This record gives sequence, structure tokens and C-alpha cells, in this order.
Amino acid sequence: MAGLTTAKSTLAGMHTEKLSGRTQQRFFSPEEGENYVYPWAYSVDYDKTADFDAADMDTLAINKRIRELMNEGYGHIVVKNPGAKHSLGVGILNRLKLDFEGSLGYFGCGLIDGPNIRISGRVGWSCAENMMAGTVVIENNAGSTFGAAIRGGDLVCKGDAGARIGIDQKGGSIIVGGNAGAFCGFMMQRGRMVILGNTGKNLGDSMYDGIIYVGGTIRDLGVDAVPGEMTELDCQWLDRKLKMYGLSAPRGVKNMTKIVSGKQLWNYDNLEPVEKKIAL
Amino acid sequence: MSNPQDVSDIDHFLKTDGLDTEREKVIGQHIGYRYDVNLLPDYKRLTPFLKKYIEKMGWEDLNWLEDIHLGYEEGRAAVFDRNINGWVQVPEGVKLPDNQQDRDMIARELLIKFQMSKHHPLVALREAYAKF
Repeated sequence: MAGLTTAKSTLAGMHTEKLSGRTQQRFFSPEEGENYVYPWAYSVDYDKTADFDAADMDTLAINKRIRELMNEGYGHIVVKNPGAKHSLGVGILNRLKLDFEGSLGYFGCGLIDGPNIRISGRVGWSCAENMMAGTVVIENNAGSTFGAAIRGGDLVCKGDAGARIGIDQKGGSIIVGGNAGAFCGFMMQRGRMVILGNTGKNLGDSMYDGIIYVGGTIRDLGVDAVPGEMTELDCQWLDRKLKMYGLSAPRGVKNMTKIVSGKQLWNYDNLEPVEKKIAL
Repeated sequence: MSNPQDVSDIDHFLKTDGLDTEREKVIGQHIGYRYDVNLLPDYKRLTPFLKKYIEKMGWEDLNWLEDIHLGYEEGRAAVFDRNINGWVQVPEGVKLPDNQQDRDMIARELLIKFQMSKHHPLVALREAYAKF
């Protein structure tokens, strides 16, 4: 612990934080000015466009090229021939328009915070896993664990998606224009999932919170997933969100099925007081 | 356990310690969220700051901010910042509206201002530990 006292981060006063609580020190004034991007973000212009052919480049080179172009102020980048390579477009913490003309492999566009990404082809497993903010739109189909552990933003697949989409979802909106596989919304904690087609078995299994909307048929519900009541706010949100991405519910949003958590797995009351304190 | 949707007084967690059930009283801590995580935003209540933020980011709606709500911590109104895994309390003197939708808009605006501030803890952490 002694080494920590000399770290740069302690100079900001973080060493005086209450480690036992969850409230952070307040460092700033809400009147200090209007900043809309992170202090370290690249300053980019959406009207400045660059493209490059990725056919003969490996993953690292492609991701580095995207960063170089952002550093040069390009706010719209087009990647041609991505060739279904894995882990493309990951870790972008910036406002940016990014187009992939082709398909991506596994773990594409993961850990992003801010960009608007469009993929004209298909995506493999775990597209946009741990996404924080922004939009990702896939014009074709998506593999399994689409949007795994997503925290925020809009993730849209206009075709069909595989199994376990939105597994461990912690926020954000996942929208699938077609059908989806089994165990979608497994262990979902919050956020919204919209499936306009049919879903496989065990939808929303062990979901803790959040909402799932389904336009087609549900093969069966998982443990603790129960039907909820559609409200006017639900319909307005669905109408607006689907319109944004050029989608529509086959039988209208009012006829979609809403699934929520039954909260029977909230076992806190059964824990001993000591265990409870540790758990929290 | 007390469900935020079932609490009729919007200031319940400001006026009381929020320990409503026997179990909460025993452990001395509120169980669950102090706000409705599933409450969808009412876009008629967007603030001018949030409209500018949406425009700047090239989005058409609140995007990730749809999941941000005003909560309560240590008897004060606060918003949870995932980047520091902690609560940021609403400064004293900020008058809270009488409904959750408007309170959520204040929380979103405050969180953006905090996260994008040069005084955010992540700036120092980044300087100390970022590899690229």
C-alpha cells in the first residue's frame, strides 16, 4: 500500500476517499462549462471522410489505422473489405462514424463508448460485447452472444441473431429485426431487448431486471421471466426506436409481448444478515 | 423489500432512511435500487443541454443515457457513475423537480458534465496507467 501514496492518481486527492462507502468525492462544479466529449477524445469532424482497403491488413493494423485517422481529424471512416476478421473496431472511446463494407468475425466493435458504426454484412459471435455507448447497426445476420454484457447504447441486427443474445445485459437496447435463438436475455440485469420475430426456448432465463419485447412467438419462457403489461410509454419508446432504424413490428407495437422479471430469484431476504452485508 | 415503483412519495428516500422492511432494518441497509430501472424516458422533458449533447454525438435520442436515473445515496440525491463505480451527489442548492422524469433528466445532465470534466477521477487514472 505504501507505493500507492506516490502514484499520480493520489495527487488528485483520491487517497482521501472513503473506501468503505460508495460515494465518491466531488471534484467538480456543474457550472464549469459545457463539455460533450471526454477530455482525451480526438477532435473529429463528421464531414471529413477517409476510406481504406483492409483486404491485406491484419486486425492490429486495421484498428491502428482507424486510430490514426481519428487523430488526423477524420470523423467518418469507411473500412472496405474487412474480410470477416476478428476484433475489428474495438475500444473506440470517441464520437465517430465508422462504416464496415463487408462482414466482421468474432468480437467486432466490442468495448466501444460513443461511435456510430454500420456493418453492411454479417457479424460473428459476441458483436459489441461490453458496449458502453453509441450505435451499432448490422444490416444482415448476427452470431451467438450478440451484445454480451452490453452496458449502454443501441445495438441493432436487421436480420436474424443466434442464441444467448444479450447474455448478462446490464443496460442499453438490443434490437433484432428477425428471429433469435435460445436463452436470449439470460441473466439480464437491466436495459431493453426487442425481438421482432420469434424467439427460441428459455427466453429471459434468470433475468434479474430489464424488459424484453417480442413481436412474434415465444417458444417458452425461462425461470423467473413473466409477462408484463404494455404501457403507453412502452409503445411510444418502441415506435420511436424502431423508426430510427427503419424497422417495424409485424403486428404493431401494441401487440408485442412484454417480458419482465418475476423477481422471485431476488433471494436477499433469505440471506443471513452477516452474509447480506458482505454481499452488498 | 420496498419497491421504488410502490413508493408514493417521491422524496421518500430523502425524508427517511429508506429502511422499510424488517430485513432492511436488521441489516441497516436498503435492499435493491432506489429508483425504477425500467422507467423509460419521456422525451418531451429533454433539457437544452441534453439536446445539444445528442446532436454533438450524432444520435437521435438519449442512447446510453436512457439507463440513467436519479437515485439517492447517504440521504442525498445522487447519480451513479459507472466509470468510477460510485455515486455523484447532486450539489446542494439544486432544486429537485416533483417528478421522477424531470429528476432523471437532471441526473443525465449532471453525469455528462461530471464525466466530461477535466476533474473527473478517470483523467488522473488515465494519465497514471493508460498504455496507449
